[in-house]
Amino acid sequence: MTVAELPQLVVPESSFKREVERLSGENVSTCFQCEKCTNGCPLHSWMDILPHRMMRCVQLGVKEEALRSDTIWVCASCETCTARCPNGIDIAHVMDTLRQISQRDHVPASQRSVPIFHNAFLGSIKRHGRVYEGAMAITYSFKNESWAGVFKLAGMGMAMFRKGKVNIIPKRVRSLGQIKDIFRRTELKG
Amino acid sequence: MDVSIYPGCSLDGTAKEYGESLEAITSMLGVNLHELKDWNCCGASSAHSMNNDLAVALAARNLGIADQMGMDLVVPCAACYQRLKVAEKRLVAGEKLEGVDNYDGKIHIKPLVDFLWDDVGEKQILSLLKKRLEGLNPVCYYGCLTARPPKITDAKSPENPMSMDEIMTCLGANVRQWSYKTDCCGGSLILTRPDIARTLIRKLLDMAEEAGADCVVAACPMCQSNLDGRQREISQESGKEYNVPIFYFTELMGLACGNPSVKKWLGRHVTDPRPLLTRKSLV
Repeated sequence: MTVAELPQLVVPESSFKREVERLSGENVSTCFQCEKCTNGCPLHSWMDILPHRMMRCVQLGVKEEALRSDTIWVCASCETCTARCPNGIDIAHVMDTLRQISQRDHVPASQRSVPIFHNAFLGSIKRHGRVYEGAMAITYSFKNESWAGVFKLAGMGMAMFRKGKVNIIPKRVRSLGQIKDIFRRTELKG
Repeated sequence: MDVSIYPGCSLDGTAKEYGESLEAITSMLGVNLHELKDWNCCGASSAHSMNNDLAVALAARNLGIADQMGMDLVVPCAACYQRLKVAEKRLVAGEKLEGVDNYDGKIHIKPLVDFLWDDVGEKQILSLLKKRLEGLNPVCYYGCLTARPPKITDAKSPENPMSMDEIMTCLGANVRQWSYKTDCCGGSLILTRPDIARTLIRKLLDMAEEAGADCVVAACPMCQSNLDGRQREISQESGKEYNVPIFYFTELMGLACGNPSVKKWLGRHVTDPRPLLTRKSLV
């Protein structure tokens, strides 16, 4: 991990904070840098902006660095930070919000594999109403690393197949129209 | 006892042995499981990472179905459980969500392991006991999302859950205590940053060993497949041999209660748990 270079003297610029607070519903302003989130974070070694510093970035308006960071994409949503924050900030949800803003603003994801995976996963839900694990893994691997990715998956895939854990036919939701409606309406809102 | 169940997408795939063993053990315990009619994926980490409204709506549709069925809902997967609880909190607060017309809110949502310990109970479990899990030294691994965050999950003891420990102890296992019960296994990064996930898995396996455990017991399809399926790669990478059986708690319940299908379930694991059980004269 390399630590991100952050601006040293920042004159607070609140529009980013207001946007994150509006979209997340979280009061990021209450963070007083106690570092409990960072101390409990199992992913901190792979983060370029530690969780407590990310909260500070939001408070001060250090937007570009936040949205370009590894942090927002290596966060595994384990919710340790959220559970322990003494000020009740749902920090994991703030990370979600930062991911969503970065996608909306077309900021290239520092970990490009992660949004590719999420889109493959959501694509599977949109098609079947449920995740069809095998096909989802192949779609993701192909989009991420082309045939090399699919090839890497083959060993584990065959092992799973032999253990009877791969379904040949996807299990579908019967009222798939309802799922498509949910996607359509929430995509419009988002 | 009648309850509804939200199986989740893995139970019929990568977690097939979990699905099979939980069906067997609940039936032995006299619990009738009613699968939610036409349930859909809860959205998991991908939905909440990309679109909040979508994430909540996908989970909420299932609660609408459960609410109509009118029975308490048990959930065998930690990630599904947490997503359903997020939607529940918003529905109970009176929010109108996509995918749900009406929510009465009388049903309770519980992780399967808590349901079996709190609602079915020790007496009923012990009445089925055929073979004590004598000599087995497990650590219980709960993972992240049945515990955290407690304001969503309503976990009684989010830093030190005990229901699985209690079940294993009552079945005669010598349960070891450790500090990693709810530490993250990196499940959501297993395909995107497998290097990170392997590091987190290895830490859990090392800490289990340090606690004097010879196996890990899990209650979540993501946790189990993550810990079970990557040990060969971790061994190659680290030069240390990893061969730690990762059981579903329902499999060990089935074993202790003499269910005849145990060998079929265990045959589906990547890291073969049968040699350990043979050494302990449990199979």
